[in-house]
Amino acid sequence: MPVMSYIQAVTQALHEEMERDEKVFVLGEDVGKRGGVFRATDGLYDKFGEARVIDTPLAESAIAGVGIGAAMYGMRPVAEMQFADFIMPAVNQIISEAAKTRYRSNNDWNVPMTIRAPYGGGVHGALYHSQSVEAVFANQPGLKIVMPSTPYDVKGLLKAAIRDDDPVLFFEHKRAYRLIKGEVPEDDYTLPIGKADVKREGSDITVITYGLCVHFALQAAEKLAEEGIDAHILDLRTVYPLDQEAIIEAAKKTGKVLLITEDNKEGSIIGEVSAIVSENCLFDLDAPVKRLAGPDVPSMPYSPPMEKYFMMNPDKVEKAMRDLAEF
Amino acid sequence: MAKEKINMPQLGESVTEGTISSWLVSVGDTVEKYDPIAEVMTDKVNAEVPSSFSGKIVELVAEEGETIEVGNLICYIETEGSSEATEEASASEKPETPVEKDGVGSSDDEDQPMKKRYSPAVMRMAQENDIDLNQVQGSGRGGRITRKDIEKIIASGDLPKADEAPKPKEQVQETQPAKETKEVPAPQAAKQTSGPQPTANEGDIEIPVTGVRKAIAQNMVKSKTEIPHAWMMVEVDVTNLVEYRNSVKEDFKQKEGFSLTFFSFFVKAVAQALKEYPQLNSTWAGDKIIQRKAINLNIAVAKENELFVPVIKDADDKSIKGLAKDITDLATKARNGKLTNDDMQGGTFTVNNTGSFGSVQSMGVINHPQAAILQVESIVKKPVYMNGMFAARDMVNLCLSLDHRVLDGLVAGNFLARVKEILETMTKENTSVY
Repeated sequence: MPVMSYIQAVTQALHEEMERDEKVFVLGEDVGKRGGVFRATDGLYDKFGEARVIDTPLAESAIAGVGIGAAMYGMRPVAEMQFADFIMPAVNQIISEAAKTRYRSNNDWNVPMTIRAPYGGGVHGALYHSQSVEAVFANQPGLKIVMPSTPYDVKGLLKAAIRDDDPVLFFEHKRAYRLIKGEVPEDDYTLPIGKADVKREGSDITVITYGLCVHFALQAAEKLAEEGIDAHILDLRTVYPLDQEAIIEAAKKTGKVLLITEDNKEGSIIGEVSAIVSENCLFDLDAPVKRLAGPDVPSMPYSPPMEKYFMMNPDKVEKAMRDLAEF
Repeated sequence: MAKEKINMPQLGESVTEGTISSWLVSVGDTVEKYDPIAEVMTDKVNAEVPSSFSGKIVELVAEEGETIEVGNLICYIETEGSSEATEEASASEKPETPVEKDGVGSSDDEDQPMKKRYSPAVMRMAQENDIDLNQVQGSGRGGRITRKDIEKIIASGDLPKADEAPKPKEQVQETQPAKETKEVPAPQAAKQTSGPQPTANEGDIEIPVTGVRKAIAQNMVKSKTEIPHAWMMVEVDVTNLVEYRNSVKEDFKQKEGFSLTFFSFFVKAVAQALKEYPQLNSTWAGDKIIQRKAINLNIAVAKENELFVPVIKDADDKSIKGLAKDITDLATKARNGKLTNDDMQGGTFTVNNTGSFGSVQSMGVINHPQAAILQVESIVKKPVYMNGMFAARDMVNLCLSLDHRVLDGLVAGNFLARVKEILETMTKENTSVY
């Protein structure tokens, strides 16, 4: 099985889906000739031409709006927001239109659109290039939010998102793009949206997280295994709607639950995970449900020491995991 | 002079590693701050790495063509200035060894503020399995009992139950000829300590209660408070056995390399009699009595102030030689602290060689949750009246403590009589050590 980086898995999934279905097209800022600022759409323009790989003006609202219109007419657009931070002008289109069209039209219309956006910090990107925006969209029934952690999951879930008949927000961690490598099958496969995945079996503590933090948790777990602490790690993969069954099962397994996100703590995805655990697992809990998250400040700072303070890393994760294990 | 590190810099968003395409300096070169020292290639950019210090290059850690993660060391540079400061700093960075971690440490209640803070999971499991949490040692922070602690207890099958008030039972005084039976008074619902703790006076020595001592104390309290002990003793004439063993012991030691003790003959006799009286090889389980099929005999081995009861597995399968070997092995392991969990588990009945201290009579405390314990006392030469005259015979007392919930005097008496019979008829002619 070939080993590829996280971003190569994105590119491969796009190539394969555009080959498979001529209704699939890509639009966004610099996605065409330039191949995307991160090179995610590299090679698509040469292969599929400017009609299917469309460079748009710097107008995110238009990118989303055009995508929604095309999708309602039967196309399968894959819109790229250059950075997740730039999605804000498109929020009205996404929440008011994309999310609600099927419901509002009593099933007559639907929006099979995928919106890809790189999110996350630790890349010295500061305010407008480091944010996590998933929580903004995570109480909008009608939307799905996918945030994969491994190249394998990226390919399978991006293909599933493109084939999904409703709008999917597909957030890719930009630090993972070149940091995370893994085996990816060459053949065509999809992974189910809405299903979490156990990334490590363990019996002492349960870590539930998503995105890049999955890798921090896995690294910390390897270290802690030498101390006899055996961590169970659940990767949410889809953060909205959540895989309640998997969350409950993972929480009950050890009764000690640590939830991790690099997003600001209050109002984040993991708050909802915590609510699911406390509603369903009270008599299996052996410790308070713990959240490890970014501080509640407006954004990722630019100054390196402050960025380090804000950003999640394996040391912070390891410390929190050990603390919970020793409780 | 101070040795400083230069690390792979962050060369762009989403770039997490870089490949050194060439070094622009070599060891010994002097560079100014911001001078380029290496060319680095990433999949986004090619860039020069500037020096973070002025000084002399002392070591190139990364090789040309090598890919280094952002933030990892690529070379060392020596700068003007005191080196001690950095060394000290790096020394103080080392995390202190956590001392308190492994030890149970002092486990006074004051040191265990979390001992009685129970999580919902622990409460539920304790209720479902009727576990007395007061008797459980917690492994969590502040002595907290964790869900894992309870899971382990449930898996071990040895559940600490709350003291049940002793049921008023008819006092049955059983007496049989040549056997002594004594009812042990029903235990008070013994709390571990009632009333004020004794205090030490000047000159007294206070000995902290350590792990094994504490475990012994707990097991003994549990056994004596939970099990209504009854006691009986038989006197056995082992003159023939003594003769037999003494006649073969030198030869045996030479051939096998370990001693043929009397104790192995006693263990053999007990294993054989248990096969015939399985009632003794059982355990009280609340609403039922579990009769064990396997005959796994615990033997008591003392070591300074510790007491271990390792197990001879399937004692009924073994020859006297096999038993002697197991006893030697287990005793050696116990004295060297090499006993494994496996050596300690699965016992169904206990034989205690109290005779080795010269004891002639003792009341054993049953090894909870077994049904009985047999004490083999010293072999003593005594005048015995037989065949119309006194003769000097080798006599030994076998003392049996039994769980009166499981056993009554009759079956225990029959068992002892059978052990006695086996031992009294053990001779060279009818018993082989092999």
